Amino acid sequence: MYGYMGKILRVNLTNRTITKEDLDFELAKKYLGARGLGVKIMMDEVPANVDPFSPENKLIIATGGLTGAPVPTSGRYMAITKSPLTGTIAIANSGGHWGPQFKATGHDLIIFEGKADKPVYLYINDDEVEIRDAEHIWGKTVSETTKILQEEFEGCKVLSIGPAGERLSLIAAIMNDVDRAAGRGGVGAVMGSKNLKAIAVKGTKKVSLFDEERTKEVSQAKVKILREDPVASGGLPSYGSAVLVNIINETGIFPVKNFQESYTDEADKISGETLAATRLVKNSACYRCPIACGRVVKLPDGSVVGGPEYETIWAFGADCAVFDLDAINEANNLCNEYGLDTISTGTTIATAMELYEKGYIKDEDIEADGISLKWGDPKAIVGWTRKMGLREGFGNKLADGAYRLAESYGAPELSMTVKKQELPAYDPRGVQGHGLTYAVNNRGGCHIKGYMISPEILGYPEKLDRSSVEGKAAYTKIFLDLTAVIDSIGLCVFSTFGLGLSDYVDMYNAVVGDIYTDETLLEAGERIWNLEKLFNIREGIDSKEDKLPKRLLEVPIQNGPSKGEIHRLDILLPEYYAVRGWDEDGIPTEETLKKLGLEEYLGYINKEMA
Amino acid sequence: MISVEVRLFATFREGRQNKYFLELDDGTTVLDVLNLLNINPEEASIILINGKNVDVTKVLSNGDVLSLFPPVGGG
Repeated sequence: MYGYMGKILRVNLTNRTITKEDLDFELAKKYLGARGLGVKIMMDEVPANVDPFSPENKLIIATGGLTGAPVPTSGRYMAITKSPLTGTIAIANSGGHWGPQFKATGHDLIIFEGKADKPVYLYINDDEVEIRDAEHIWGKTVSETTKILQEEFEGCKVLSIGPAGERLSLIAAIMNDVDRAAGRGGVGAVMGSKNLKAIAVKGTKKVSLFDEERTKEVSQAKVKILREDPVASGGLPSYGSAVLVNIINETGIFPVKNFQESYTDEADKISGETLAATRLVKNSACYRCPIACGRVVKLPDGSVVGGPEYETIWAFGADCAVFDLDAINEANNLCNEYGLDTISTGTTIATAMELYEKGYIKDEDIEADGISLKWGDPKAIVGWTRKMGLREGFGNKLADGAYRLAESYGAPELSMTVKKQELPAYDPRGVQGHGLTYAVNNRGGCHIKGYMISPEILGYPEKLDRSSVEGKAAYTKIFLDLTAVIDSIGLCVFSTFGLGLSDYVDMYNAVVGDIYTDETLLEAGERIWNLEKLFNIREGIDSKEDKLPKRLLEVPIQNGPSKGEIHRLDILLPEYYAVRGWDEDGIPTEETLKKLGLEEYLGYINKEMA
Repeated sequence: MISVEVRLFATFREGRQNKYFLELDDGTTVLDVLNLLNINPEEASIILINGKNVDVTKVLSNGDVLSLFPPVGGG
C-alpha cells in the first residue's frame, strides 16, 4: 500500500520511551488513516471509562494516506482522544502546513501515552525523535512558543498548546502554524494533562505514490474542478468562510443572544464582505490548497494576525450581540494565542450573558474582574476570552464551557449544547437535516462532520427544502459517512465545494493503489462512524444523548424569516436510526456490525455483556 | 406600482450598491430585477424573497425583500 509512510511513533511520556512500529496496512485499508485509524487505536488500546486526564488516556496525532501527497487540500491532520468536555470520542481536524511536514519525517501517526513528570516537547527531525525539556516554553502563548522553537530548530513546523491547554480548560484547542486549530472537544487539555507542550517537526521524505503519472493527471483534473467552481474559486478566497454571515442571517437561522433570536438587522457589520472591505490584509492558503479561504487581518493596534472564520464571527458576534469586527478579530486572536476553541469560547460567553440577563450570575460575581456580561459589549468578549485563557477570576468558571457553567447555576437548559459541547452557528429549527447532525454527532454539538447546510441552504450538490424533514435522514447519513472518509484520507472538507465521492476515490486510488470503489470507500466512512458510536456506547454515552436543547425543540423561532419554525427531531431521529441499520434505541444491530466487518465489537451492543 | 428592497451580497456588490429600494410595475419578476441590475441569472445561485427560496420566475409583491447571492459556501 502506497501513500502511507508505514511507521507509527509510540511515545510513552511516563517512561520517556519512543518506539517505532510498522503501520498495519490491513487496518489502514479497512479504517483508512487519520480519523479512522485513530479511533480504531483508541478503541483497542484504551480501556473503557478512563478519566480523559489520566495517563491511561491516549492522544493520537494522525495523518491520512493523502496528507502531504501532491493532490489538492492535502494539508490536514487529526487529533483523536477521549474528550474531557463530552466524554465521547474527540476527533478534531486541522489544516495549515504542520501535518504534511510531520508526515515528511517518515511517520504516519503518533500515539502519546502516559504523562510526563514535567513539561516536555517532542522533537522530530526525520528519523531523529527526542523528548525534550519544555520548561522554557511552558506558559508561553502559541506564537511565542512557535517563535522560540523555530529559533532553536530552524525551518521546523510547530504544533502546540497555549496557556488554556496547560490549565486544562475543557475547551482548549491544539494549535499549529500559529493560527490553525484542531479546536473541538478539549483536545488541547488532554495534551496539557500529559505535560506535553509542543511537537516540532522537520522532514525531507516524500509520500510514495502508487502511480505517479496518474496522480499528477488526477490531481490536475481535481484542481481544475476546484478552480472552476464558483464557491471554491470565488466566494471562499474573496470573503473566507465568513461569506456565510449574510446568507445565514437572510435565511433567518443566524442565532442571536444564545439562540433567543435568529435574525439581526446588524449582520452586515460583521459580514465577510465587510471584513474583506475594511480589515483584510490578504487571504492565506493551507498546504496544496487552491481555495485559500484563510484570512489575514489587521487589528486596531496595527498588528497583522490570522483572521476569524464564520463560526468565530458568529460566536463572539451575533451570539453575544456584538457587532464590532475589531473586537471579534481581537478575541479570535486571543483564542489562537491561548489555544482556545473559538466556537466554545464565544458561545460560553453568550451563555454567561444570558445567565446574567436572567439573574443567575450577579454583579458581585464579576465585579472583581471589571468586565461586564451585558449583551453587545465588545470589551466583554475580549476581556472574558483573556480571563478564560488564563483561568483568572470568573474566567476560571467559563473555561470549562457553557454546559458546566449553566449547570452550576442549576440551569443546564440555558446552555445550547449537545453532549455538553457548544452548538455552532446555525439555528437548527430552520434547517432540519443540519439539526439532525447536531443531535447525532459522535463528538457532540458540531456542524462540520455532516455539513447539511450545503444542500439545505447553499444548494450543494443540489438544493433541498430546508424546512422539510423528507429524505433528510438518509441524506444526513451519507454526509456523515463521506466526511468520515475525507477526514480519514487527509483532505479538507471544503474540497466538497466542487468535488464528490468519485473524485476522492480517483485521488485515493492513484496514491495508495487501486483498492476502492465509490461503494467501498463510502462504506469505510460508515464503518468509522459506527466504530465511533461503539466507542461512545462503551463510555456510557448512548443514544439517549442524541438530543437537542429544549429551547430548539419546544420554543419556535422568535423573529426573522424563519419565525415560527421548530426542529422536528421526533420525526428525524427514528428515521435516521433506521437508515443506519440501528435499532430503535439507536444501537447498531448485529447485522449492521457484521456487514461492516465490526464483528469483534459485538460485545458492546450486547446489553448482557456490556 | 410596488416598492421592493433588493439586497446584494458577495461579488454582486462589485460595481453595484449593497442595497436598492426600487419602485417597480405590478407583475415584475425576479428575472426582471436581475436584468435591471445587469446580473446574469445563471450566477444568481440563491434567491430569497423574505428569507424563502424562490426561482427567477417569481412575481414580486409590494414590500418584498429580495436577497440575491452568487454561489457561496463555507462552514
